[in-house]
Parts: sequence; structure tokens; C-alpha cells
Amino acid sequence: METDRVERGTWASRIFAVAAVVMLAALVALPWWGDAGEMRLIAEMAYYLALAQLWNLLAGYAGLVSVGQQAYVGLGGYAFFYLTRVLNIDVYIALLLAGPFAGLVSIPVSFAVFRLRGAYFAIGTWVVSEVFALSAGLIAVLGAGSGLSLTPAIMREIAPDRAGRDTILYLMTLAVAVVVFGIVYLLLRSRHGLALTAIRDSEPASASLGVNTFRTKFIIYIVTAACTGLVGGLIFLQKLRISPEAGFSINDWTVVVIFMVVIGGIGTIEGPFIGMLVFIVLRELLADYGAYYLILMGAIAIVVMLKAPSGIWGWVSHRFNIELFPVGRRLSLAPSEDLAKR
Amino acid sequence: MDWLNTFIQGSLLGGIYALFAIGLSLSFGIMRLVNIAHGDLIVLSAYVAMVVGQGTGLDPISCLIIVVPVMFALGYALQRGLLNQTLTGGLLPPLLVTFGISIIIQNGLLQGFGAYTQRLQQGAIETASLQFGGISVGVYPLLVFGVALLALGSLQLLFYRTGLGRAFRAVSDDADTAELMGVDNRKLYAVALGIAMIFTAIAGVLFAIRTNFDPAAGPIRLILAFEAVIIGGLGSMWGTLIGGMILGIAQSVGAALSPTWQILAGHIAFLIILIVRPSGLFPRTRD
Repeated sequence: METDRVERGTWASRIFAVAAVVMLAALVALPWWGDAGEMRLIAEMAYYLALAQLWNLLAGYAGLVSVGQQAYVGLGGYAFFYLTRVLNIDVYIALLLAGPFAGLVSIPVSFAVFRLRGAYFAIGTWVVSEVFALSAGLIAVLGAGSGLSLTPAIMREIAPDRAGRDTILYLMTLAVAVVVFGIVYLLLRSRHGLALTAIRDSEPASASLGVNTFRTKFIIYIVTAACTGLVGGLIFLQKLRISPEAGFSINDWTVVVIFMVVIGGIGTIEGPFIGMLVFIVLRELLADYGAYYLILMGAIAIVVMLKAPSGIWGWVSHRFNIELFPVGRRLSLAPSEDLAKR
Repeated sequence: MDWLNTFIQGSLLGGIYALFAIGLSLSFGIMRLVNIAHGDLIVLSAYVAMVVGQGTGLDPISCLIIVVPVMFALGYALQRGLLNQTLTGGLLPPLLVTFGISIIIQNGLLQGFGAYTQRLQQGAIETASLQFGGISVGVYPLLVFGVALLALGSLQLLFYRTGLGRAFRAVSDDADTAELMGVDNRKLYAVALGIAMIFTAIAGVLFAIRTNFDPAAGPIRLILAFEAVIIGGLGSMWGTLIGGMILGIAQSVGAALSPTWQILAGHIAFLIILIVRPSGLFPRTRD
């Protein structure tokens, strides 16, 4: 006899899961059917997606609207360059250490910025990032204002020839994006995810029902910083050079990421995907017109915020009642005649 | 004598930071709006003054006759047309909408004027100085500090001696009740951002005479304004002046140690005060 069940998946999410696996397989195989330019574009999309997911976790769920995440992109990048260039540590180990390093630094930072609320928290995180950028510009071993480059020897460590390197870097970026996405997804499906969703919907209400909002936010801040640091290490491994300006760029690592999340749909796991696609498409279409794509992104973000605050995905999911990455639970009731018998 | 000199120069520098901060402080105090585009509006004022100066041949300070009304109108329109719609939806809408405005202004200026560094020329007053027993004080920084005092004094009068000021205070204390008493909040907010923009315009032009600016110069000005507000304590106008002065002194001390330390020293002073006294030195408004 059928009974009431709590379901997590939906028909759409099951079909989509199959499609996603097929798509991912095609992307993993890209080095064998695509060219270097395509790999570079997909890699860029992959790390922007990771950054967008992370910012969404932070701002969309935990309510920590940071505009200082570039601090951890830069820290991760600098940690990676310092470990490989100065300490001659193996590239892969250095990359794995970049994330925890950023996470470690975020602990004392959180003591300062968590004293600020709301918008003041946002600007406070920005100040911290400026402090890191200015400090990096003063430290001689980090190349001061001009930064550091990776040496050919370090590049040969990854693969002896350029084609091999492109492939390995591409696959690494894809792997990191999938891992970051996996962490965010699993976190949202876990107990912490339930707490986070409650905080997203109402912080005072969740606190009154026993959610330790401070601890949850603290954990999310550290995890996000560590993951952002890892992505940062990877980004600058691809770029081959880092400078204070590039590493801690608010425009590159936070502004466009925020626009992606807002346009796609903040507080949803699908939103960042859509926002990232919108951003890449706009940028490629308007590539010949300078900074107009940023103006357009800003304008779209404003309109979305005012007219459809839940973003493109929020609208679609509300309209058609679909969820591709279910993090919530749905109650599936047994047929009503069974109910009557009981 | 060297340290006294550093102290005095830093305090005077604080005057301009206080002017930066007034606009931010007003919009937060009255409508709880943290305007991320504040720094870009400061820079925009300088560009408006530059265009007006090129068109009319006036010096930058005289250009304020035109720049101030233009910025007032812009502030009024921005609040009425856009920002009023963001005030009911929690934290994210105002933050992200002003963030969007910030990016639009920055990149609009970049497209319109290019990335070149600009500066407004006021003439001889820029380099004139007065001697006070061995310490040389620039006339221009002194003038700017005087303007900051004047600005704060006039705001004090506006808030405590006029009907408009009473309405501002009422809305700040309790917006819903003020509305019940017949205040048109939306219009009042628009006037408030307009007034904030008057001070923003003055600050933008005065600063552009002593420091270079370019389309990307807004964010650092926002951060300086924000630091002055937080150090002084939210909602305290004279606290903002002290906050600006502390920031200016920290920067001057940093610059005396090494020129590359100037901005960093200000940020570090801010973070220390944030950790020791999270609500600032003279807090008044609660959010």
C-alpha cells in the first residue's frame, strides 16, 4: 500500500541529472574534439560558475553580502605563486594548499567584519581586501607592485608541451568547478543547508527556532573563503602572472559575479548557472564595444532586482514549478481513498 | 615639530574626508540607505565641473554654481525614480541597485572620457601657504577644512531649526509614524538624497583640485567616506568630522613613514577602531 512520502527529487531533476552527466562527459572530452580557444572559454565559464556558486552560498543563503571575495581570490593566487615560485613546492600540492591558506586567513578577518551588519559588512569586507592588495604591493618577495610570473620550469612541471598543458589545466579547472559545485550542493542538502535555507528566508525566525545563526554563518564564511582561494590559485595558474591589481580586482572577481547571481536568481542553486551564461553571452556579443557589456549587466541587474528579485531562474521555477538541483523536500501524499480508510 | 606638522596636515586632510562622509551619513541616517555609488557620484561631480569649466571658462569653485544644482537634481531623480523602490525589500535591493549604479557611472565615464587622469586647476590658491611659528599650512587645505565646518554647521541648523529638519528627524526615528502624521516620505527621501548630493558635489570638486581623478577613482572615495562615518559613529555629524580627522592623521603618519603606506595606514587605523569600538567613537543612530 502506498503511504505518504517525503521526496527530494522531481521528474525534472531526474531527467536533468542524466542530461547533466552527458553534458559533463562531453565537456571532459572537449580536449579531443575542441580547440584551445574553446577550452579557454569553457575553463573561464567553469571558474566563474564556481565563484558565482560560492558568492550565492554566502549572500543568497547565509545573508552575508560580501563585496570583498576578491580578497580570497587574490590570497589563493598569491599563496600558489609564493609556494611554487619562492619555495619551489610541487604545483599540485601548492594548489591544494592555496585553499586552506585562504580559509585560515578568513578566520581572523571574520572577527573584524562580523562586527558589521548588512551593508556595512559589505563595505568592511571590501576594506579588508584593499588592505591585502596594498600589503601585497609592499612585500618585496611577492614582487611588490609589479607582482610575480610563473617560470617556464614550473610550467614544464605540469606538462612538457603546450597542448598537454592546455588540456591538463582545462581538466583541472573543470574538476575544481565540479568539486566546488558538489561542496555547495551537498552543503545545502545537509543539516547546515536546512539551517541556511531557514536563515535565507528569515534570520530572526530561524534563530528563534534554535538555529545557531552565528555559527552557521561563520562556517559558511570560512568554507567559502577556502573554496574561493582554491579557485583563485587555479585562475592565476592559467593566467601565469599575478599582480596586486589583477589578484584583488573587485570588478573581475566580485562585481561581475554578483551581477551573475542576481540576474540568474539569488538564493537558488540553478541561478548562478544562468547568470554566468548571460554574462558570457553578453560579453562575447559586445566584445567590440569596450565596457558597454558591464554597463548593460549593471542595468539588467538593477531591473531584475526591482522587477523580479528572484531572478531569471526564480521566475522560471515559480512559473513552471521545477527544480533541477533539488535541495528542499517535497511531501508526496498517498491517494486520498487510502487516507479515508486510515 | 615634524610630528606636530604631520598631525596638523592630517587633521586638515580629515576635513575633506568629512565632506565625503556627509552624503553617505545623511542617506544612511534618514533612509537607512547605504549608497555604494557614493564614491562614483563624488567623481561624477568632478567630471561635471570639468565639463562646465571647459564650456564656460569658469574656475572649478565658481563652477559649483552649476554643479551643485545639477547634482541635487540627479540625487532627487535617482531617489524618486529608482531608490525609493528598493527601501522595502530588505538588505539586498538597495545594496545591489546602488552597486549597479556605481558600475554604470564608472564605465560610462570610462567610455565618455577615457581612462586618463584628470585634475581641476584652481590657480595660485592651490600652492599658497601661511606660516604659524615655523609650521607651514596650506591655504587651500585650510579653506577646505573651513568648508567642512561650515557644511556640518549648516546641517546642524537645518536639522534642529527648520521644519524640513524636523521631518527628517521624524522619518529617521520612525518612518511609518511620520507618514501617518502627514509626511510624504518618498518626496522627503528624494529631497534628502538631493541635499546629500549638494555636499557630494562640493566634496568632489574641492578634492579634484588637490588630487588626480579618473573614472575608477570612486571606490576609494567611497571607502574613505565609509571609514570616516564608521570611526565617528553612525548618525553623529560631528563624530564624522572627528572620524575624518583620525583617518587623515593616520594617513599622514603612514605617509611620513613611507609614501606607499599612506592609504594602508588609514585602513589599518579603521580596522583597529572597528575591533576595539565596533559602534564607532560617538554612535547615535541605531540600524
